[in-house]
Amino acid sequence: MIPKVLIVDDSKLARMAVIKALNSLHPDRTRLEAADAAAALAVVERDRPDIALLDFNMPGKDGLALAAELLRVDPQLRVAVISANHQTEVVARTRAAGAAFLPKPITENSLREFLDSVPMRQDRA
Amino acid sequence: MSQPSAVVLSELEVDALTELVNLGVSNAAMGLREMVKEEVLLSVPNVRVVTREQAIANLGQRNARLVAVHQTFEGDISGRALLIFPEAQSLELVRAVVGSDLSLEDLIELEQEALAETGNVLLNGCLGTIANSLQRSLRISLPEVLHGGGAEFFNLEPPRRSDDDCVLFIHINFALRRHAIQGYLAMLLDLPSLVVLQKLVAEYIDRMGISTIVSPDGL
Repeated sequence: MIPKVLIVDDSKLARMAVIKALNSLHPDRTRLEAADAAAALAVVERDRPDIALLDFNMPGKDGLALAAELLRVDPQLRVAVISANHQTEVVARTRAAGAAFLPKPITENSLREFLDSVPMRQDRA
Repeated sequence: MSQPSAVVLSELEVDALTELVNLGVSNAAMGLREMVKEEVLLSVPNVRVVTREQAIANLGQRNARLVAVHQTFEGDISGRALLIFPEAQSLELVRAVVGSDLSLEDLIELEQEALAETGNVLLNGCLGTIANSLQRSLRISLPEVLHGGGAEFFNLEPPRRSDDDCVLFIHINFALRRHAIQGYLAMLLDLPSLVVLQKLVAEYIDRMGISTIVSPDGL
């Protein structure tokens, strides 16, 4: 089964930047996109992605609140929050929410490190 | 909402500008965070082409008396950046930066200097990141502390050029919760700069190398 990756960002450009990094690392992965929290929630409920990459700074619900909500729906989902705002409080809250923190702009290296650390759904108990 | 000028930014261009400003202000907030030892809360940047009157109205209606730290920038693009907050919170911001154990006398004495320095950290940091990302250098003026309202701040020299006086208006809320301080960063670019900026942003998008990517579900 090909792992599915959900990318959530209100900015289309930012989603494209994440997809570009993802494509060069894992062109085989199924990509799902959402532009806001409500759409992301619907995708998680419907498509059960393995991984979610969330923008932190979005209008309405931010990436941290969304991470908590998505993890309630699917505790097996592996979540990373992407943000240019790497103040210690933001990084700490991200980790406390059970998500990884990836600095923006996203690089192939940081994305690879996160993806390599994530067990795929079929491997999980 | 239709944009009131001949310069129409595409969705991707607005996205790119929003991202650039977000990167800039997030980087700059790291500096302020070290100064105040508290998380600096930031909103999503709002990027719009509006008339100067609309920009003034946006700021003017909230607070009658404001303080602004003002810096101009010049280069391929020219404009001004302001850190704005209610005058009533000015001393509290100084207290957040220099420490809470100072007497009121000392706070008042340090006020101008501390405001200028705080503004400088945020505005310079933000503009520097944007300039680097656009691969252009900007000459940034020294910070200047102003008291007044939106109309005064946005009609500073250089004066308006024409009747259809449109500006690129960028607006980000910032807050320090523990000190109950709420203000915003605003950036204003006049129309000739906007035409140049559009070109620089297009180059920036090109450099990201994503032009060939098509969104699978057309979001």
